[in-house]
Amino acid sequence: MSVLVYVEQVDGKFKKSVFEAVSYAKAIADKQSTNLTAISIGNVGENELKELGKYGASRVLNVSNDQLKNFVNQAYASVIAEAAKKENADVIVLSNSFSGKGLAPRIAVKLEAGLVDGAVELPQLDGGKFQVKKTAFSGKAFAITELTSAIKVIALNPNAFGTKENATDAAIEAFSPEVKSTDLAAIVKEVIRATNKISLPDAELVVSAGRGLKGPENWGMIEELASLLGAATACSKPVSDADWRPHEEHVGQTGIAISPNLYIAIGISGAIQHLAGVSSSKVIVVINKDPEAPFFKVADYGIVGDAFEVVPKLIEALKAHKG
Amino acid sequence: MQKDNLKPYDFMTFNNQIYKSMKILVCISNVPDTTTKITFTNDNTQFNTSGVQFIVNPYDEIALSRAIELCEGGKGTVTVINVGEVATEPTIRKALAIGADDAVRINAAPRDAYFTAYQIAEYAKSNDFDMILCGRESIDYNGSQVAAMIGEFLDIPSISIIKKLDSDGSTATVEREIEGGKEIISVTGKFIASCAEGTAEPKIPNMRGIMSARTKPLQVVEAKEIAQLSKVQQFETPPPRGAVKLVPAEDPAKLIDLLHQEAKVI
Repeated sequence: MSVLVYVEQVDGKFKKSVFEAVSYAKAIADKQSTNLTAISIGNVGENELKELGKYGASRVLNVSNDQLKNFVNQAYASVIAEAAKKENADVIVLSNSFSGKGLAPRIAVKLEAGLVDGAVELPQLDGGKFQVKKTAFSGKAFAITELTSAIKVIALNPNAFGTKENATDAAIEAFSPEVKSTDLAAIVKEVIRATNKISLPDAELVVSAGRGLKGPENWGMIEELASLLGAATACSKPVSDADWRPHEEHVGQTGIAISPNLYIAIGISGAIQHLAGVSSSKVIVVINKDPEAPFFKVADYGIVGDAFEVVPKLIEALKAHKG
Repeated sequence: MQKDNLKPYDFMTFNNQIYKSMKILVCISNVPDTTTKITFTNDNTQFNTSGVQFIVNPYDEIALSRAIELCEGGKGTVTVINVGEVATEPTIRKALAIGADDAVRINAAPRDAYFTAYQIAEYAKSNDFDMILCGRESIDYNGSQVAAMIGEFLDIPSISIIKKLDSDGSTATVEREIEGGKEIISVTGKFIASCAEGTAEPKIPNMRGIMSARTKPLQVVEAKEIAQLSKVQQFETPPPRGAVKLVPAEDPAKLIDLLHQEAKVI
C-alpha cells in the first residue's frame, strides 16, 4: 500500500495547486501509515522536483521523455496507472485542474478505481469506510461520496486544502515506462499561454464585474483594481454572452466554479446561477448600487453605491494602503 | 476522398466535394434547471426532485449544437444518448427538437459516472461513430468524468474541456482550455471530447423541430451490469454566511482596512 500523487508541471515548474495536492496526499498517507510517492511527467529540473519533498513526498518518480513533453491525456494516464501499479498504490491524488479532470477518469477506469473529483476535504476513514466530501450542484451543495473499490482516485479542488509543509528529503528516481504509439493519437500543435495574467481557476483573489459596468470599454478600472491586488479578473454570464469579456472569465453555474480567498463582485446582482459558482469563496465583497441586490445576502462586506464612483476611490485607497 | 472505396450510404456530395458521412454521438444528461433551489430529503440522502424542472444539461446542449452544425447540409447524422429511466424522455425529446436525428435511452437510473460511461461505451462499441461529444460536466453532480471514462473504455483519445471544434471528416482540430490559455490539438480517427462554452451557441428548438421530435426514432436499450465503485452517502448544503457588513460608499478605504485587518485576505 502507498499513496501516489501526480504533480502537473507547467513549463518545468509546479504551481501552488500541485503543492496543495502533495500536502493533501501526504495527510492521507499519514492517516494510512504509509508513504507518499510523487510522479512527474515532462522535463522538470532536479531542484524543482526536490521542492516536492518540502510537502512530504519521500520519493519522486521522474518521467522525462520527449514524446511526453506536451500533455497527452491518454499517454499520461497510462504512465500514471503504470506508476500506481509499480508502487502498489491504493490511493491516487491529482489536482482537479483542466488536465487533472481529463486524466483522473481514465486512470480510474484503468485501475477499476472509484473516483471523487472536486474533493474539498480529507477522506473520512471511520468504520472502515472511505468517504470524501466533494462539491455538487455547482457549489449549491456538497456530496459525501463513499468509494467502495480497492483503489481510489481523488481529484482535489484548488484552494480547498492549502499547503502544509512536512519537510522530507525527496529521493528522485527515473521512471521510463513504455509509451504505446496508440496512446499518442492526439497531437498538441500549439500551446498558447498568457504569462502576464493570473489564471482564474488558481487565483486566490478575484475581481469580477457584471452588467452594471455598462460596456466592455469600462473594464479598465476593473483590470487596474485586479492588477493592484494581484487578482484574476472574472465576469458574469450576461457579460460573456455579450462578448464583453472572454468565455473563460465567466464564473457561475454554466461557467466555472471558483473558491478564492477573496471574491469582489462589482455591478453583479447575484442570480442563483452566479452565486452557485462563487459561494465557496472564503470572503465575498459586493459593490452594487441596488441595496436589494440578492448578492448582498451572501456577502461578507458590501458597499451600496455606483461602481463608477466607488471603484476609482477604492483604487486610490488601495494605492495609499500599499504606500 | 475516393468515392469508389465507399459503400453508397457512407458518403454524400456537398459543393461538388465527396465527403464520408459523419456519425456523431452526443451524450446528454437530464439535470435540474439552473434556477433550481437545491434541497434534499430522506435525511439528506436524496436530492429533492419535487417541483423541479429538468432540462438538457446546458454543456451537453453546447455539444449537441456543435454536432448539429458539423452535420449541417446532410454531412452527417447526430444521435443523442442518455442513461436514464423513462422519466428522462421529455429531455431526450428536447434534444431531438433541437436537431438530433435519433436517440437512444439506456434504461437504467445512472448510479455513478463509471456506470454511465460503461453503458455509453458499450453502445458505441456496436455502433460505429466517428466522434462522441459530451458537455464539460453535468451541473448536478459536477463530475467531469464521463467523457474521459468513455475514451478509456473505448481506448480512443479523449480531450477534456474544449472551446472550439472543427473537423474535415477525418481529422479534427480542437482547442482545449488550460489554466491561463489554450492548447490546439489535432486528432485523426475516432475521439471523444467534452465541450465548454465557446464550442457553439446553444440552439433553440423551433416549431418544426418540436413537431418532428415527436416522431423521430428513440430506441430503448437495456443496461449492462458493472461493479459499483462509488456511492453518494449524504448531501450537505453550505453553511449560511453571517450578515453583510456594509461600508459607506464615500469611504472605500474602510473596506481595504477590513479586508486587511479583519478578514486578512489582502
